Amino acid sequence: MPTLIRRQDNDQFVLADDPFTAVSDDEGLPPGDVIISFTRFQAEGDSLLAEGRAVGVRLEPAEEVEALAYDLPRIAVVALAFPKYRDGRGYTAARLLRQRFGFGGEVRAVGEVLREQAGFMVRCGFDAFVPADGSTPQDWAHAVHRHRHVYQRAADMRTPAYVEREGG
Amino acid sequence: MYQYDAVDQDFVADRAREFREQVARRLSGELSEDQFKTLRLMNGLYLQLHAYMLRIAIPYGSLNSRQMRRLAHIGRTYDRGYGHFTTRQNLQFHWIKLRDAPDILDQLAEVNMHAIQTSGNCIRNVTSDPYAGATAEELDDPRVWSEAIRQWSSLHPEFSFLPRKFKIAITAAPKDRTAAKVHDIGLMIRRGRDGQLGFEVIVGGGLGRTPYVGPTISEFLPANRLFSYLEAILRVYNRHGRRDNIYKARIKILVAALGAEEFARQVAEEWAKIGPEGDLPDTELARIRGAFAAAAFDPLPARSEVFEAAKAADPALARFARNNLRPHKKPGYAIVEVSLKTIGETPGDATSDQMDVIADLAERYGQDDIRVTHEQNLVLPHVRLDDVPEVFAQLQAAGLASANVNLISDIIACPGLDYCALANARAIPVAQQIAQTFADPDRAEAIGELKIKISGCINACGHHHVGHIGILGVDKKGEEFYQLTLGGSGAEDAAVGKMLGPALPYDKVAGAIDTLVEVYLRERREGERFLDTYRRTGVEPFKEAVYADAH
Repeated sequence: MPTLIRRQDNDQFVLADDPFTAVSDDEGLPPGDVIISFTRFQAEGDSLLAEGRAVGVRLEPAEEVEALAYDLPRIAVVALAFPKYRDGRGYTAARLLRQRFGFGGEVRAVGEVLREQAGFMVRCGFDAFVPADGSTPQDWAHAVHRHRHVYQRAADMRTPAYVEREGG
Repeated sequence: MYQYDAVDQDFVADRAREFREQVARRLSGELSEDQFKTLRLMNGLYLQLHAYMLRIAIPYGSLNSRQMRRLAHIGRTYDRGYGHFTTRQNLQFHWIKLRDAPDILDQLAEVNMHAIQTSGNCIRNVTSDPYAGATAEELDDPRVWSEAIRQWSSLHPEFSFLPRKFKIAITAAPKDRTAAKVHDIGLMIRRGRDGQLGFEVIVGGGLGRTPYVGPTISEFLPANRLFSYLEAILRVYNRHGRRDNIYKARIKILVAALGAEEFARQVAEEWAKIGPEGDLPDTELARIRGAFAAAAFDPLPARSEVFEAAKAADPALARFARNNLRPHKKPGYAIVEVSLKTIGETPGDATSDQMDVIADLAERYGQDDIRVTHEQNLVLPHVRLDDVPEVFAQLQAAGLASANVNLISDIIACPGLDYCALANARAIPVAQQIAQTFADPDRAEAIGELKIKISGCINACGHHHVGHIGILGVDKKGEEFYQLTLGGSGAEDAAVGKMLGPALPYDKVAGAIDTLVEVYLRERREGERFLDTYRRTGVEPFKEAVYADAH
């Protein structure tokens, strides 16, 4: 079982049981809650949701979140794939999900997910992580809380420096 | 000079602390070199052939004397007693030991410096006009905007894993000293008809294998909408820039593929969705403006009798004044350029002792202000004319008084085959040979402004595409050859140079430059620079002369 780290509302990081099974396109569907590709969701999403399952959708970097906009209220998880950690398209996708489409479900990082990305990911609105480097919730908390200040407003609602300064 | 507040200080200290932990993990073997690579690159640490190279950010090329002394100290303590100023106004040390890197970052953090985003596929150091705050030409102080961009881009949550590196230049003067049109984004401050400040936004310029002068995608962006617009540009690029081929990943390729108009349309569409929420509040811009300690200028007569008398007595000072001094916005002051192109030396290098001299001069005579130019020289932006003779004397004593700024020996050259694994050919010795050929200062002055830029390979670190004369090292069956281009410019009249003809062997280059110069001197009309004459006559007379000689 891959590790699933979740960021809680109180900004703590915990190991979580994953109720979802990630299913690739060439696999048969197991019972229960599943995360499937966008292509498969387009074909089978309606029937799976009608069965009462919770459904998550995995988006590859080249797949645009806009295509998912109308389905977001029905989707429990958007899993954004990082085939390579260097591929930064998922950060934009996460921010748009949170800030433009107001998605309130889980935004999960899957693929080559490393603790070094933790700070950036959390700021862009990711709240669940399947790390590929064996890192622990403690590692993630450490990385995320490293910087006492941030300079930009983003999806995590941290107070940017320019607002902090007004208070001081 | 921007004064860091507690937030800015914490930020660089946190970063230094993080890197110390990462280095410890590497040294203990917990991280492999491969895993460590990304982390060190985020802190400007490159692994080169023999040692680590550390690239230190000098945001918009601005330093105070305390910072310059710290750089000198680092060079002396952890390197070989010198450093190299780069074409992006940064400083590189080439002989760093990994175990020293955390201490160096701590030392930098103590003087409000860092190496954040000096490498990697992120928004790099913002470059700006080295004469900012000193020249009467500018519409606004570009450092205010540069600093705001520095902060906005630091550990940007969304734009730290771009398809490729991303460079922004910003200028507020009609004379462009930043090469803005060959940057990923060039911002030129403009004043609108109603007197409001705004930016002309140029996107998709660049050098390297596919040089472009960037097109303008917004003629006038209201200044207070800058950050939402930058976000829109970066977002379009982050989503649609190519990631399959490192040589096609820069934004210039995306802009060229879509066409400037379509790219501008996509940016405008995204910008409308972001709205003013993406902008920095005016109050913060005002705070940053206020955090630049205003230089205190004394009311002085425009003419300094001390300076005039010293010039009359010393032709060397007079020459220095003609070539290295620029008009200051305040009467009785001058902008002093310090050439790092001493004939026979490596362009852009300064020893730790020289850095200390510059720091002393800045502190004593220059309002504690030092700038680095993208042409790899240094600037003391605020020197009283009365003090110029003393400054000149001390520069002379330190071997820093070459009176050749903008002249033919003020050459940009990449490290080339002597240092760089990517190079096809040597660059520094070619620069040195050319400089020697034109060592006669009277002749150099008679030739006037002539920008030679040399790259040892097609990656174009020496900016050869935008040299009035560009020189590109190529490999022909294991031998070094040099392709000459003419007519390039990185300034407000930006253009990519055109190839002169077949490449020349190593020992023919300096002679060919001499021939080009002779043709120019023969053909030029009153007031024409080399570039102007070339643009009027075209390539023919130059080509004829060089290849007549070569055969």
